[in-house]
Amino acid sequence: MRHVGKLFSNGTLALKDMSLDVQRGEFLSLLGPSGCGKSTALRIIAGLGAPSSGTIDWPSSKISKKGLPEGDVGFVFQEPTLMPWQTVWGNVYLPLRLRGVSKADAHPAIMEVLASVGLADFTKSYPRELSGGMKMRVSIARALVTKPKLLLMDEPFAALDEITRQKLNDDVLRLWRETGITVIFVTHSVFESAFLSNRIVVMRARPGQVYADLPLETSAVRDEHYRTSEEYRATTDTVSRALQEAIMRGAQAR
Amino acid sequence: MSDAVSFDKASTEAGTDSQVVIPVSRSSVGERVLSIVVPVFMVLLAIAAWQAHIMINQVPRYIMPAPLDVVNALFTDWGTLAPSLLVTLRITMMALGIALIGGVGLAIILVQSRWIELALFPFAVILQVTPMIAIAPLLIIYMPDTQSALLTCAFVVAFFPILSNMVAGLKSVDHNLLNLFELYGASRWQTLIHLKLPSSLPYFAAGLRIGGGLSLIAAVVAEFAAGSAGKGSGLAFRLLESGYRLNYPRLYAALVLLMVTGVAIFTLTSLISWAMLHRWHESALKREN
Repeated sequence: MRHVGKLFSNGTLALKDMSLDVQRGEFLSLLGPSGCGKSTALRIIAGLGAPSSGTIDWPSSKISKKGLPEGDVGFVFQEPTLMPWQTVWGNVYLPLRLRGVSKADAHPAIMEVLASVGLADFTKSYPRELSGGMKMRVSIARALVTKPKLLLMDEPFAALDEITRQKLNDDVLRLWRETGITVIFVTHSVFESAFLSNRIVVMRARPGQVYADLPLETSAVRDEHYRTSEEYRATTDTVSRALQEAIMRGAQAR
Repeated sequence: MSDAVSFDKASTEAGTDSQVVIPVSRSSVGERVLSIVVPVFMVLLAIAAWQAHIMINQVPRYIMPAPLDVVNALFTDWGTLAPSLLVTLRITMMALGIALIGGVGLAIILVQSRWIELALFPFAVILQVTPMIAIAPLLIIYMPDTQSALLTCAFVVAFFPILSNMVAGLKSVDHNLLNLFELYGASRWQTLIHLKLPSSLPYFAAGLRIGGGLSLIAAVVAEFAAGSAGKGSGLAFRLLESGYRLNYPRLYAALVLLMVTGVAIFTLTSLISWAMLHRWHESALKREN
């Protein structure tokens, strides 16, 4: 999966001449200070708001009229963004329902994806009955139910507590390994990006641009031990330094 | 998938707080009984005080009837009151029904484009702010018969709160959810059916409760202004008629019927909104903290 984007936003220059190639099966983190346009970039990739210049190239042949490869993209928002009047099952059914898949046909896929995020016992619950972490799991299940090739996540765990966040990070990694999906993960947490990704793209602000592109090749199993390993510490050091430089560049440009 | 299973277990543990059943303690049962007994007792007490006042001070019936006289009138005059009650009820319900269909329908049209809204909203506002009692006599002239004039009055009054609530509801849909629907390529129609209408149900419920109460009031007020007579007359006409004849027990009986109707409409609309919202919306949930 390869796409090049050169993106402008009129008025304020949210992104300037940003280019990014994403490889199939990659776990890529977009890391940067707030206001650097990382969410904007993600939304443009998702087709929510057209770029004012530049294009997104998709490898897929089937392209919908909105310029998105059909059914290939799942999106997880910062908030769980669930419909409060629907049960967990109904919320996960939504993407399939909008495509005209009947309830009976959709059921196996929904149950499978709910089991994979550990919510098989909560299909009939309403969102208000769930904790913040569980709502986020429903949101992830909904993004995965169409079996997309690309999963876009926009600071999905920013509002969660540290323990829940680590648990969800483990789960996202497991899902990524199991499905071989490509993930673009927007975050402002150095540790989160270092733990999850095999490539970190650091962005700078004013204008939003790619500042550094850091591949993370590690053979280590990313589990609890990895969080305290030397290798992880070295990685976070490198990433932190790159982020500091990116922030300083942004500040000078002001 | 063994991975998933172990994780499954852990998440169930983490989520047990949602399944904790809070036992209903005896004190809360007593509280529930009291919450019914207290208001009923107070109303009965007020009626008893009324009866006592009439009896002790020997107030003549043509100034103020005693509650027992009113009950008596309810039975003896049922033959005249019942048809009028039906007329008022019919006008109220039809007006509310048309206002619901019209209010929701127009709200859906209004939010489709800002231009449609700009073009149509002035008329809705003008209809709303014009005192209905002032245009009721005109409507009597323009409408083919009194019944349809009354119906129009009640409709106009009930229509606006439903419309403005629905417009507010359709506009305050979660922005992220709209993005989500866009992302999955939902059509306008799908977005309306699956997102906008359900998410404006709380607003619809508010409009329904306000509109229900107003349509009864408007049906009565319009009849006062229109002064209909004969077999098609509603409870408002019975009020006027009994007043002219100094038949105060009957006047009070008609008033009681109107009050009961109002309470019934309120209960019904509250039940409907509870049925729509109790499973998910904050306004219909019981708070435990």
